[in-house]
Amino acid sequence: MSTIAPMKEDAPTLCPERIAYLEGLVRQARTAAAVFTQYTQEEVDCIVKAMTLAGLEQAQPLARLAVEETGLGVMEDKVIKNMTATEFAYNYVRDKRTVGAIREYPERGLVEVAEPIGVIFSLTPITNPTSTVLFKCIMAIKTRNAVIFSPHPSAWRCCSEAVKIMYDAAVEHGAPAGVFSCLESHNLQDNAYLMHHKDVGLIDATGGPGAVKAAYSSGKPALGVGPGNTPVYLEKTADVGMAVVDIIISKTFDNGTICASEQTVVIDDEIYDLVLKKFADLGAHICNQQETELLGRTVIDPQTGHMQPMAVGQKATRIARFVGLSVKPKTKLLIAPIQGVGREHPLSVEKLFPVLAVYRAKSMDEALKVCVDVNHAGGLGHTAVIFSRNDEIIRKFGEVINAGRIIVNSPGSIGALGGVYNDLVPTFSFGCGTGGGNSTTDNLNVYHYLNIKRVARRTQQHMWFRIPNQIYFNLNAVENLRQFPSRSTIILTNAALERMGHVDTVRRHLPPQTPVHVSVIPDAEPEVKVVLQGVVDLNFYKADQIIALGGGSVMDAAKIMKLKYESPEADLEELAATFLDLRKRVVQYPTAKLNHARLIAVPTTSGTGSEVTPFAVLTDKERGRKVTLADYSLSPDVAIVDPQFVMSMPKGLTADTGIDCLTHALEAGVSSYSSPYTDSNAMQAIRLVFKYLPVAFEHPQDEEARSMMHNAACIAAIAFSNASVGVNHALAHALGARFGVPHGRANALMLPHVIAYNAAVPTKFMPSPFQRAYVAHARYATIADLLGLGGHTIEEKVKNLVTAVEQLLDRLEVPRSIADLGIAKDEFERAIPDLAKVAFDDPSWRSNPRMPLISELIELFQIAYQGRGTVKHAKAPQEQTA
Amino acid sequence: MDTVAVWRKVDGARVAEALDEARQRLAGTDREVVLDFSGVSRISPEALAALDKLAGAAEEKSVKVALRAVTVEIYRVLKLAKLTARFTFFN
Repeated sequence: MSTIAPMKEDAPTLCPERIAYLEGLVRQARTAAAVFTQYTQEEVDCIVKAMTLAGLEQAQPLARLAVEETGLGVMEDKVIKNMTATEFAYNYVRDKRTVGAIREYPERGLVEVAEPIGVIFSLTPITNPTSTVLFKCIMAIKTRNAVIFSPHPSAWRCCSEAVKIMYDAAVEHGAPAGVFSCLESHNLQDNAYLMHHKDVGLIDATGGPGAVKAAYSSGKPALGVGPGNTPVYLEKTADVGMAVVDIIISKTFDNGTICASEQTVVIDDEIYDLVLKKFADLGAHICNQQETELLGRTVIDPQTGHMQPMAVGQKATRIARFVGLSVKPKTKLLIAPIQGVGREHPLSVEKLFPVLAVYRAKSMDEALKVCVDVNHAGGLGHTAVIFSRNDEIIRKFGEVINAGRIIVNSPGSIGALGGVYNDLVPTFSFGCGTGGGNSTTDNLNVYHYLNIKRVARRTQQHMWFRIPNQIYFNLNAVENLRQFPSRSTIILTNAALERMGHVDTVRRHLPPQTPVHVSVIPDAEPEVKVVLQGVVDLNFYKADQIIALGGGSVMDAAKIMKLKYESPEADLEELAATFLDLRKRVVQYPTAKLNHARLIAVPTTSGTGSEVTPFAVLTDKERGRKVTLADYSLSPDVAIVDPQFVMSMPKGLTADTGIDCLTHALEAGVSSYSSPYTDSNAMQAIRLVFKYLPVAFEHPQDEEARSMMHNAACIAAIAFSNASVGVNHALAHALGARFGVPHGRANALMLPHVIAYNAAVPTKFMPSPFQRAYVAHARYATIADLLGLGGHTIEEKVKNLVTAVEQLLDRLEVPRSIADLGIAKDEFERAIPDLAKVAFDDPSWRSNPRMPLISELIELFQIAYQGRGTVKHAKAPQEQTA
Repeated sequence: MDTVAVWRKVDGARVAEALDEARQRLAGTDREVVLDFSGVSRISPEALAALDKLAGAAEEKSVKVALRAVTVEIYRVLKLAKLTARFTFFN
């Protein structure tokens, strides 16, 4: 891009006639663009081909006209530019879809649809006038847009002729009349008026910094280009012969007017003399120090530090004559050795003429730094070149240089245009990224002339169902331990269970001669220090098997010990980081394992189901908080669900753990993550609980009831391990933490209210890709049917289910209100805001069918305080047969 | 004012001409004009210009012009050309 010849600042204010003229152009373009939306891809492609052929046919006359008018460049090279702008651009776009559906991704349910921009206001430069017009015309027709061109004033005649050639070819082959127009003459006010026009959709400014800045400042979407100052690193491993020829080709092409052309070549010391000799052999003049100083003073404006307009696009010999240098008649290039970069080294800036600065670098480090300096001296985001055979140095160059195009072992100018020396997209507009004040680093192409709409279909989300691969159940299932050989087994348990003889039972069923060590931990939620001590034991005994014998606390402790034993680097705090979707979580659990240990879980309560869940809760007393870990890698390898270990459970524990199990199943049954796989388990667990929990509670020695409740707890856990739980657990966690209420009991206090809450029309629906409708109420009705509770409508069935739950709770003699726990009303009222906040922060509700508002959580706590008889039944979402 | 509308079917092969004719006939009526676009599958810049003129003439006479059975593709063209506000549409 040239920085010369800014548009006139003293242009007159627009008169009404001029405004009418500009409005006419916009109206004509708007109409053409509107009509163009009806065209098919085939029609568009036919027009594009005809235009391309017309442009190719007129490549030479247009080149000649451009040189005559602008006085810049080389006619023969401009012919090549015009041909590249048509043929190469066509070759790139010919098979590309730009109408209607342009790309489809069936596996992602995505279709991309092209939407034309409408009216584009396009500024074109003096340096590449006709080629830029030809290129932009092809891009515009391919994308069904209309363009109003505003050529550089010093290139208006050749540009308007190029527009006319393309317009005639386009309209002759069916394009709508008015699709291109060219300002008859222009000034800054014309440009400003059109840049701000409400019907102009995009400004494409391939022009000087003033025009680009005006475009970006207009408030319209704009494509701009940035100034260049291409550094070249000629590294010592390079093919010097090829590099020198490529640089000469590039720097002399159209007398250096392409802004991607080489400006300063940084040469490794080892090859410096050789390189300069080859340049000289091939027709370059190597300036001595005095000549370099003279050249710098003459072709670079000492006031601005920018190149002098009179030198742009001129031959080397003409520049030499003007400067007063004595050079051979066929000199192609003036080479000026410089000792640094910056204002004190005038030739280190952009020079759109065949003058090339060279720098001798003592090392790669110095060479790269000088290249960075050149890059930052006016060329950020544009183009850089490296000649090297060393891939590592090429990679490093690409990392440290900020350029949208980093050209390797080929000419910078022609390389950057794309499609000749490399697979870059052919272009005549170089996006220079934010470094160059642009919004893209791309070679601008058809996709920048399109709005791309994405039609995103609802996709069937992958779901999962994961459980431990071995579950042994029913009485004496513990005998299966004999199939697990071990060189060192640790039984993790608590003191009470050891006293009850359960440890001996387990030990008895292990294969003979299994070395066994018993580790006793407190009967409470595991603490960090307990877990870490356990890991020390595992390491000491080099355990290859852990048997967790106990309730949820013991099993959770064993899961975390195993994690830390196998992956000592696991950071428990980081692993406990919250997440919304298990599959998209930020923190990943370690897969590299230092040790391996089989985890066998033998539950001694019938509620938590921890023997099959991927969850573990840890208490960090020092920091006064709980850490919840969740990952399928935590799931035990083997679960032994043997009722002999629960026959002596006290009544209260039987009730609390049984209700916990029921809550797991009910919440999994209505969860937004529920699936047919989890439903079958949830429903079966609910049926077993209603049938056997009262029996196990009232007749603790009933083996069948104990066995079925033990199975129910495991089956419910299988369901919620995959479907998760819901708002009941969030409320219960908050209540339990604040007032020390046992988990199962806290669940019981909330359960009837939560069923009624979830069955009502939600205030806010929970976004869920897994479900197509709100079905919680219907699912509760299905559960009521399963239990044979009767009812004709969904509402009746939900009410019957709530009543059945309440009757079950009564039969289990659990407190039926928070007030019954002995918590004073004023104390509870004061606690409610915090309780609601804690519950809202709890991840459990993320799979609840209804998204809870904090005000609703408060209300649920309030009615649970009152307890029985306060269940608020609201109207279900719709009346339908369950 | 007579409320019976004047119906004209627009020939899809010569839309601009048909619209020009409709505009000329506006001079002889003060009834609502209904133009049936069911035969029009594509519209040209010339046809848009003719519609623009027709709308102008109708506004001068305070005569309503309704377009019937305009396809969504052509409706979109009219929208982009900022012409929809000047007509009423029905199917």
